[in-house]
Amino acid sequence: MVETSDIRVVRCGGSKVNLTPPIISSDSRFVLCTSGDLVKVYSTRTEEWLHSLQGHTNQVTGITLNPANHLQVYSCSVDGTVKLWDFIDGILIKVQLVSGLCVSACPECFQLVSVHLPKSAEQEVEAKEMSAVSSHISKNPSCTAFGRGVRSVKHIFISFFSLCSFSLKATDKKGAKNAFTCIACHPTDDCIATGHEDGKIRLWRNFIHKKEYTYSTQHWHHNAVNTLCFTPEGTHLLSGGIESVLVQWQYGAGNRKEFLPRLGGSILHISASSDGQLFCTSHSDNKITVIESSFKVCGVIQGLVKGDAVLTDLMIDPRSKALVLNGKPGHLQFYSLLRDKHLYNLDIVQQEYIYEAGLDQFEVVKAAFDIKGSWLATVEERGKKSSDLEFFLKLWAFDERTQSFVLNTTITAAHTDRIISMCFSSSEETTMLVTAAEDSQFKAWCQGADDQNFWSCDFVGSYHKLNPTNCSFSADSSLLAVSFQEVITIWSPDTWEMLTTLCQPPGVIRDLCFGRLSCSKYLLGTTTKNLLCCWNLLTCELEWSTSVDVSKLQPDPFSENVAAFSYQSKHTDLFVFKPSEPRPLFTNKNVCSEKVHRAVFVPREEPLNSCDESTQWLNRSQLYFLTQNMDLLTFSTATEEDRMLSSSKQLVIDDSVAVTPFYLLLGKHRQQQQKLNTQSHPVSDKPQQTQGSLLHTPAHVLPAASVLCSMFVNSFLISNTGVHPLRVKTLVNFPKLMKYELLYL
Amino acid sequence: MMSTDLRSAMGEFKVHRVRFFDYMPSGIRALAFNQDTERMAVARMDGSVEVFHCSDRFFQEKIIPGREQCGIEGLSWVGERLFSAGLNGGITEYDLTNQKVKYTIDAYGGPIWTITGNQQGTHLAVGCEDGTVKLFEVNEDQIQFERNLDRQKSRIISLSWHPSGSKIAAGMMDMIQVFNVETGHSIHRMLADRGAGTSRSKECVVWSVVYLSDGTIITGDSVGMVKLWDDQTGTLIKSHNVTKCDVLALSVSQNEDSLVAGTSEGIVVQFQFVSMVLEKDDKEWVRTRTFRNHTHDIRAVAEITTAVVSGGMDAQLVVRPLLDKIEVRSAASALRKIHFPHRRLVSCARKSGLMLFQYPGHLELWRLGESEGKGTPGSSLFVKRNPEKLLQLKVKGEDHIRCSAVSPCGGWIVYSTASTLRLYRLHCDNNNISITKISKLPKVLSSANQLCFSSDSSHLFSASAQSSVHIASLSQSGCKFVGTLKPKSGSHQAIHLLAASEDGKWLASANSDHEVHIYNLQTQKAHCTVPVYSSAVTAMGIHPATNCLFMMHADQQMFEYSIEQKQYTDWSRTVQRKGLHRFWVERDTPCLNVMFNPQNPSHVILHDMYMLCIIDQSLPLPDDKTQFYNQLTLKSLTEEQRKSQSHAFKVCKTFKDILCVELMPDQSLVVVERPLEDIATQLPAPIKQKKFAT
Repeated sequence: MVETSDIRVVRCGGSKVNLTPPIISSDSRFVLCTSGDLVKVYSTRTEEWLHSLQGHTNQVTGITLNPANHLQVYSCSVDGTVKLWDFIDGILIKVQLVSGLCVSACPECFQLVSVHLPKSAEQEVEAKEMSAVSSHISKNPSCTAFGRGVRSVKHIFISFFSLCSFSLKATDKKGAKNAFTCIACHPTDDCIATGHEDGKIRLWRNFIHKKEYTYSTQHWHHNAVNTLCFTPEGTHLLSGGIESVLVQWQYGAGNRKEFLPRLGGSILHISASSDGQLFCTSHSDNKITVIESSFKVCGVIQGLVKGDAVLTDLMIDPRSKALVLNGKPGHLQFYSLLRDKHLYNLDIVQQEYIYEAGLDQFEVVKAAFDIKGSWLATVEERGKKSSDLEFFLKLWAFDERTQSFVLNTTITAAHTDRIISMCFSSSEETTMLVTAAEDSQFKAWCQGADDQNFWSCDFVGSYHKLNPTNCSFSADSSLLAVSFQEVITIWSPDTWEMLTTLCQPPGVIRDLCFGRLSCSKYLLGTTTKNLLCCWNLLTCELEWSTSVDVSKLQPDPFSENVAAFSYQSKHTDLFVFKPSEPRPLFTNKNVCSEKVHRAVFVPREEPLNSCDESTQWLNRSQLYFLTQNMDLLTFSTATEEDRMLSSSKQLVIDDSVAVTPFYLLLGKHRQQQQKLNTQSHPVSDKPQQTQGSLLHTPAHVLPAASVLCSMFVNSFLISNTGVHPLRVKTLVNFPKLMKYELLYL
Repeated sequence: MMSTDLRSAMGEFKVHRVRFFDYMPSGIRALAFNQDTERMAVARMDGSVEVFHCSDRFFQEKIIPGREQCGIEGLSWVGERLFSAGLNGGITEYDLTNQKVKYTIDAYGGPIWTITGNQQGTHLAVGCEDGTVKLFEVNEDQIQFERNLDRQKSRIISLSWHPSGSKIAAGMMDMIQVFNVETGHSIHRMLADRGAGTSRSKECVVWSVVYLSDGTIITGDSVGMVKLWDDQTGTLIKSHNVTKCDVLALSVSQNEDSLVAGTSEGIVVQFQFVSMVLEKDDKEWVRTRTFRNHTHDIRAVAEITTAVVSGGMDAQLVVRPLLDKIEVRSAASALRKIHFPHRRLVSCARKSGLMLFQYPGHLELWRLGESEGKGTPGSSLFVKRNPEKLLQLKVKGEDHIRCSAVSPCGGWIVYSTASTLRLYRLHCDNNNISITKISKLPKVLSSANQLCFSSDSSHLFSASAQSSVHIASLSQSGCKFVGTLKPKSGSHQAIHLLAASEDGKWLASANSDHEVHIYNLQTQKAHCTVPVYSSAVTAMGIHPATNCLFMMHADQQMFEYSIEQKQYTDWSRTVQRKGLHRFWVERDTPCLNVMFNPQNPSHVILHDMYMLCIIDQSLPLPDDKTQFYNQLTLKSLTEEQRKSQSHAFKVCKTFKDILCVELMPDQSLVVVERPLEDIATQLPAPIKQKKFAT
């Protein structure tokens, strides 16, 4: 397909950061974690996202520090490559094409293979030497661990597996739930810790001997142990499970343990920094907690919280341009996709959440913003399964002073039955909320005219006692469309007069939206009978219709474009079109294999200026969509990626300063100042630069002193010819080049 | 009592299910293991000492009954000699051959808390209440006080010799002292802290101490810690918090690579000396396994070659095998819990329906109940007359009863303690019971190891010292000494089993050296000796019709020996040739009685703690492929198929925790049960433990 060559689906923003254990750099300044197609680098001190390692074209499945160079990190991905990065500068050093590694081909059968990475100076190499160590291992990274010494890795592994099989045989008779759930190896001693389904931790010793192996059991967790991790010195063992309590066991001292409770979601992975000063736990609520060795939480890196289901639509807060959706139970989360950062949670339900299975609790099911972002309407309900439904409609006003939403009105019985759809009018002058409910009514709500600015009902409308399915305002708020089963009614919000009805049987209307800008005379609707219709509101006639099963219709608020996701034969296709033209602007077959129910256009900070017809629709906004597997996917263009790659290469950062956005701002300013200085004193400043670059470059990447000496001395000489600046320039770049060469000697 | 009908495939019995014998085993206080002879000595709370043979399926070879007011606190082997010391302040040596106390000498240091002998076998050290460690020299025939080590302010709770014999570590209140044996002075004084969270005023008792050859001292204390100390510097190396309660006992294996600790919560914790990095030599003590087999305080543990043996207040001796030390897994290496003594505590007057129960300090005589008619198999019968207790006979003096017997006619009762033997004449007409003591007994009947009446109740056989058996004739006038039976040769170990033939012609005796002698009672001469088998005899009986001696051994093997032909019978040879079924050999309690059914001469009835078995010698023996427990299968088959399927062993598992089974002449069985649950309810309450989610 020609269209997809430069536009592809990526996992950027809002991806899972808890898929693999995070790693902490050896100087404890950075936390690296996989996030979709990227490897993200966070600062441990400020919890800030510094930059990301971009280059994989599919889900990154694992990262590990280069044991030979602690400033480099290896990453592997479903795209079949292993990449080596300089994670401080964010530079891709080397790509290994692992030809045989096709995890996507057989996801049920995971194998552990050892890949011999060939030494060569080229940037792209193909690794051919590969040997399978063991097959049928668990996908969960907690289930593999490597012991002391590279040579003994294989040994320990095999012995562990044999041990695993016969010990299970021995105890299965009693009906104990002692299946293995995770494993960790002691860094210096030959001791293996295993976690079990019944919450026990066993420490195995002497495991090389077939019979004289021995183990001790420790028990605190009441449920399965999810993960185990030894501290680098081996003095402590950390364990975590569903209790969301981090337990620190003193190694060799029996039952002495410490706890760090109330960490949020259940603990999935634990990792420790190489100096043992910091621990990282990743949690099921897509969160990484940075913990000091004194058991104090010193940082929380929160990703996009994804529960079992997103009940609200994906929305964009007009003020912060943040993505808004369900977050923690009873909360709305505000998530900045541009910065890929969790902003804050808004407590909607304002009730204590009780963690217990099977308890019916209030959940936010609907939310809507008005056009300026000064009002937020939410619906929370409970009793979905039982007959006694309970729900509240709440209206929140944005408080400029506190910069957050404040509850303005709570309407306890807005309707007699469940609210189906809700929208704000889109005019700037008056704000009006329309709710449509299953009690075959739709209601318009307005703010009181007097100084009590509470909301009250303005109008109640119905049509032949049919149940409404959707409601939508036109772009200028002059029209309100409410669909009642198969019939669409058009109302004038000023006079509350029904203007006309549109009907295109068969099929219940599923989605409804007005065109924008130049296409505002069009009304689009989808039906359950796989029909996409477009009405011209001026003529009240059907303009065109096409037979396609649209699961989600999403208009772009910044252009005429409308995106339609259609699900058929087990994959989802995307069409982007203008209502005025029946021919789609962009088609992407097989976007993903799951059904798409939620999508949103997110405005860009600075628009792209692509002229290519197929990518034009992405110029002003970006389309994000959520699959049933709760993966947030988006589209990226080739030009965009190039720009990001080039920007990451520019990002050469001084090692001595923590990289924060604050620094980047200030750093730019400094660089400009330095430039000015260089211009004013061209001769005296250059030797300093050279010395600086020599002295600041880590010693292990510098060439031999004998090579450098003459250059170093030369740099002190005052040049008087025009050749010298050039030579100095090469000198400045020299250590950078040598970095690559030295590593593979 | 309950009377039920027991129908095995081979016959019907009326069963007297007796549960009114309130036998209460005494708690275990101390253990001592002798590596060379593989014997385990067990001291109980009531002062009795028992010797178990570890490689013979833990058969209880010897029982030395205790005395009132004799609390044994420690046991120690010196070579093959066994010593004990107790709170009465005396050190006792036992005569293991004749199974009695040899002598007791006072240590003059107040109550003794611990006794331990050095590995060289030259000295015994005792720790006394007055704070002294007293050294006794072990001489050929006695022990002699040598000297005191430096006297301390508080009592000595535990002691351990360095394997070289030059140093002694002593556990006391709040501290551990290390003494130089030569000078008698203290080398190191190590303070055991009282532990966080406990009250400062509560002393830390060092209950147990172990001195290893590399100079490590390991202590277990009342704070719940197992601590490792260095004797060079007198400093703490490492401490393991094992429990919130007390660590009461420690024991190290022979090669010092494993240590077990028993706690008052009833758990045994194992520590192992393992190398932290494989194939390297720096080893550390690491806590490994935990064994939970007890409900109450564990007062003593011992690590033997292949197992951990523990005993405590719940009165059971638990042998937990260490699977990593066992080459071949077999019945001999299974987990073993010993609840009941391997001797009979019940004797039956078969002809008059009386039962004699032997308690440590008294005897009880009961008359069995009666029922009407017959019932269907498995049903309960109506009890016409309840069983009644006729007599309770208290022992004079402080000694406990060693053995007792009631004559088959029910007219005589005899019992023996370590010092005296008493014979009573019982008159029983209807409801009037009277008892008269036979005052003038022959001098030789001063004490007996085992007692037995002849089947016509005319003679009393009393096993005595030197493996000899005295015969006394009983008549209305009294008791008259007739003669002594002596084996021609062999050991002089005490006899623990006697069996007289129905026709009064033969008497068989078995001693703890596994020898079985057969005497001709008419000539009062030794008739022959059964070839000595490697395992101890646990039960034997002489067949009334064929006069064959049927013997059961501790390893579950069975032999039938024809007395008249002085050789094993053909059936016995067949059994030995074909071998016994795996399930039979794997049972872990010994058979305690052999009975014969006069109605069906081919039947031999056996029982152990868990089952009752009838062996039909006329049926083929099962091999390992046949179904052993086939009673239910047989029931579902037709008559012809049943014939082809049935084999010699008919096992009945209706009864549990059996102390004794006896076959009465009226074809009824008496089964004396002592349910373990009843014993558990009579034990003191264990330490309360918090259980998760309760």
